[in-house]
Amino acid sequence: MLVKQISVFVENKRGKLADITRLLARYQIDISAISIADTTNFGVLRMIVDSPDKAFQTIHDAGYTVHTTEVIAAEVPDSPGGLNHVLEILDQENVNVEYVYSFLKTTAGSALILFKMEEAQNTMDVLMRHGIKVLTQEEINTL
Amino acid sequence: MYWNKAYECMDRGRLEALQTERLIHTVQRVYYNVPFYRDRMQQSGLQPEDIQSLDDLKKLPFTTKQDLRDNYPYGMFAVPLSEIVRIHASSGTTGKPTVVGYTRQDIQVWSELMARALTSGGTQKDSVIQIAYGYGLFTGGLGFHYGAERIGASVIPISGGNTKRQIMLMEDFGTTVLACTPSYALHIAETMKEMGIKRENLKLKYGIFGAEPWTEAMRREIEEKLGITAIDIYGLSEVIGPGVASECQSRSGLHIFEDHFLPEIIDPKTGKTLPPGSTGELVFTTLTKEGLPVIRYRTRDITSLDYEPCACGRTHVRMSKVIGRTDDMLIIRGVNVFPSQIETILMEIGETEPHYLLVVDRVDNLDSLEVWVEVSDKLFSDEVRRLEDLNRKIANEIHSLLGLTVKVRLVGPKTIERSEGKAKRVLDRRKL
Repeated sequence: MLVKQISVFVENKRGKLADITRLLARYQIDISAISIADTTNFGVLRMIVDSPDKAFQTIHDAGYTVHTTEVIAAEVPDSPGGLNHVLEILDQENVNVEYVYSFLKTTAGSALILFKMEEAQNTMDVLMRHGIKVLTQEEINTL
Repeated sequence: MYWNKAYECMDRGRLEALQTERLIHTVQRVYYNVPFYRDRMQQSGLQPEDIQSLDDLKKLPFTTKQDLRDNYPYGMFAVPLSEIVRIHASSGTTGKPTVVGYTRQDIQVWSELMARALTSGGTQKDSVIQIAYGYGLFTGGLGFHYGAERIGASVIPISGGNTKRQIMLMEDFGTTVLACTPSYALHIAETMKEMGIKRENLKLKYGIFGAEPWTEAMRREIEEKLGITAIDIYGLSEVIGPGVASECQSRSGLHIFEDHFLPEIIDPKTGKTLPPGSTGELVFTTLTKEGLPVIRYRTRDITSLDYEPCACGRTHVRMSKVIGRTDDMLIIRGVNVFPSQIETILMEIGETEPHYLLVVDRVDNLDSLEVWVEVSDKLFSDEVRRLEDLNRKIANEIHSLLGLTVKVRLVGPKTIERSEGKAKRVLDRRKL
């Protein structure tokens, strides 16, 4: 139930980001979460989309360096301490979180957060054991 | 395994006596038969009698590729054309080709030297050798062919190209030795993977690779992917073709066939002969060539010579793998830098064929070097931390090898201009 994240190497040059979103628009690919980690010269664009395989192929064929990575999409209560609750669990279980970002869409009363960690499968089991809802690709697509 | 133990393991004292005798003879021959050499020697105030020892060699003027071009096509030949039985030529990407001619005796010697090289690389009478070097004007194909036939191996003269057919024949004919360029060997390995052919299906044991510079990282990759021992061979058509030097099973340098070629290492800037062990430009004087003898021919290849005895028992000097070309040499803050050195580092870090560009500039009278590296699938990570680690690692490795602080810039794929044929590796923005 891990979801596939698309990550793309993007140089810090004008129009690069638009170039990628233009591709996705042309192929009617829907973005449900997006984040950019940037440095002086380059950035890493990360996205959750409705059809990751198609997105991968499209971006790859346009000449970009692109990877798919498995990440966890978890539902956390949309109230103070909601995200903290999940991170406390991960901390207790000694899970190192590489990065976190959030979905553009939400479900009623909850926020949707993406987690990247080395041991994605194990971590997902941990979260589910603690009663945290983890979303599948299909569930994300119907948001 | 030796092909000609008497010569390959000759006592160095005797070898030097033989070289001296052959050098004196060669100098006389070129003086009386090649106007170019006679003029050059006279301009330097030299008579053939002035060359009496190996030490006298450095009195003689150098010969360059340009000299061969200027005397296109036959001006450098030391025998009448009627004595020439074979003509080869370089591809001539930068103007007229360089033309080389062989007498019947030259072909005999060349075959003998290729037999030595192939034997030391593991080829025997019962080997099946597939020669995937180009046949034709290029010396690769026919050079290997004659050497392999001399040994009595079974020769498959397939020439280059048509990779799937190469692999099919390799499987069906039970090829045990593959001879081609190292990059083509990797291409064969990749095509095998695409075709779903496992290396266990092949009987390949050895690969003899040359005609282009390659690194230890490439060697490991070829050996792993094809399950073979990869042997390096060196040569250039102006000297004879492949079979000027080759690795033995110790694989710690390439033995130069010194009974036929006299090597020197010079400083490419000053032309001064450098002491043994120094890194510099390799220069050859042929000792037995009849058709096209060369005197102090500047190869433009950068290497070093090791005269220490080799574990294999051969006494001939070993040259290190060629680390670069004098044409490619950059001087940055007084440090000699070859693009191949940077390439080696990038390959060690995980790239088969890294795309990179060295951007040299001078800011406030200080040279700067930026290394642009395209981020391929292999290097990329969704974690910025890893990309920054990669950046640092490349800079650190370059610093520890060259003592130069460089700025590494990761760039997107296809950012660096591709040119037909030779890749452009350097952008020098210095205005000197």
